[in-house]
Amino acid sequence: MPTENRKISHQPAQNIHPRHNLHLNHVTVRRGGKCIITDITFSLACGELVVVTGPNGGGKSTLLRTILGEWPYEGTIIFSDCQGNISTRPTIGYMPQHLIFDRQAPLTVADLMLANSSRWPVFLSHRQKDRQEISKILEQVDASRLIDRRLGELSGGELQRVTLAFALNPIPDILLLDEPVSALDVKGQALFYQLVLDLRARYDLLTLVVSHNLDIVTKYATSLIVLNRTIRFSGPTRDVLEARERGTTI
Amino acid sequence: MNVWYTLVEWLPFSFLQYDFIKNALLAILLIAPIFGLAGTMVVNNRMSYFSDALGHSALAGIALGTLLGLQDFLLSMILFSVLFGWLLSGIKNRARSSTDTIIGVFSATAVALGIALLSRQGGFTRYSNFLIGDILAIRPSDILILLIVLVLLLLFWILFFNRLLILSVNASLARSKGISVRALEIAFMTLIAVLVTVSIKWIGTLLINALLILPAAAARNVAGSIRSYHGLSVLFSLVSGVSGLILSFYLDTSAGATIVLCSAVIFAVSWLVGRGKTDSREEP
Repeated sequence: MPTENRKISHQPAQNIHPRHNLHLNHVTVRRGGKCIITDITFSLACGELVVVTGPNGGGKSTLLRTILGEWPYEGTIIFSDCQGNISTRPTIGYMPQHLIFDRQAPLTVADLMLANSSRWPVFLSHRQKDRQEISKILEQVDASRLIDRRLGELSGGELQRVTLAFALNPIPDILLLDEPVSALDVKGQALFYQLVLDLRARYDLLTLVVSHNLDIVTKYATSLIVLNRTIRFSGPTRDVLEARERGTTI
Repeated sequence: MNVWYTLVEWLPFSFLQYDFIKNALLAILLIAPIFGLAGTMVVNNRMSYFSDALGHSALAGIALGTLLGLQDFLLSMILFSVLFGWLLSGIKNRARSSTDTIIGVFSATAVALGIALLSRQGGFTRYSNFLIGDILAIRPSDILILLIVLVLLLLFWILFFNRLLILSVNASLARSKGISVRALEIAFMTLIAVLVTVSIKWIGTLLINALLILPAAAARNVAGSIRSYHGLSVLFSLVSGVSGLILSFYLDTSAGATIVLCSAVIFAVSWLVGRGKTDSREEP
């Protein structure tokens, strides 16, 4: 359960919560009799920023949602902390590719954020203390001015900022981002990845980003997974870059 | 009850001299907030057709009660509608047909089963008051049941509303926060099933769903946040409940139907107001 010291705050990096590694072992996901993902095995360490790329329909989103526990799978998925102790339920921050929701619903950004961070029922009121806390979190993604806007009125980019803030509260052990910057402009994208890098540096969290943008791989990622129903390539970013320089395609 | 009777006698309304009106008014004052609150999430989760089916399934619950030889059908109705809801949501998650088709099939089957069993030897008219309901026949012991349901709903809302809200926005988001999506869905559905069933005798299977949907739908037209959504839904529910009861007394009409008509008027006004707000927002 979230505790105070796991919320975003300017605490020193050495005072961090247990961090998690992620191990997938022969994972296969079937939907409606079809294999979406076949026999995937990989291990990722704390502090890695992994980009998952590959063609459309290659199973990238499915991979994230399987790690999230949304879809049944064969094989094993194990979470462990950096000391190798197995954990049953790490805190996961998830940012879906398109947040599909009822845009007509009378729901503000504060309603959604407070429903997540506070136990106080949001249909009664918003407590000032809780509001200040989420305001700080929204500030980190440059979205504090959106706090009282209706969720359904937000632009694509604004909504992505808010869903990131939602994913980061409490600070997760594993951050799963599904095409997180598709609706952001160039400035917004740079800000977004700078924030992810900051978080990584501060909390040593493992981040998986689904993206088509190879610039991100070269600029920010520590390793890369190319997925087309099964793993076509996985390894540190520098190997990919070297392969590129040699003119080899992956 | 005596405290309530004394309290009501202070009010300057001639129709309040009858005990059955006093009982009905108290019942409405309990039913209205329950339905106003619960309706918000039924509408947000697009479950209005589902709750309609729950209301209709009560007929089969009554039939079950007669088969079991029960005097009071409430228990068999609750049992049947809860089972019906579980079955429906289980199949809905697995089936390939669209949700409204499945609900349609189940709802029709339950109604047909109810009518077939209750009409044996031409005795259906005995049960026709379940179709339109009769709130003027409510007794203090029935009001106690409504009070218990109201307390239960309030407790559930206070403890689980935040999670329910995240779930209503997006199930994947809810799951990422460790919310047991399936358990929460089942708990909410069970609560709606119980709520609808305990009120059917007073409002009737035909109109019970309107009481759940209309105030919340009207509130959604004008509300801008979760708090105002809930506040307005409860307010609309209370206003239409009380005014419907009073009107039905003077017009000599069915209370349930008159309440629903009042709700419909509120909905129409809120729709116009809401449309005006949207138009002015869209103007440059």
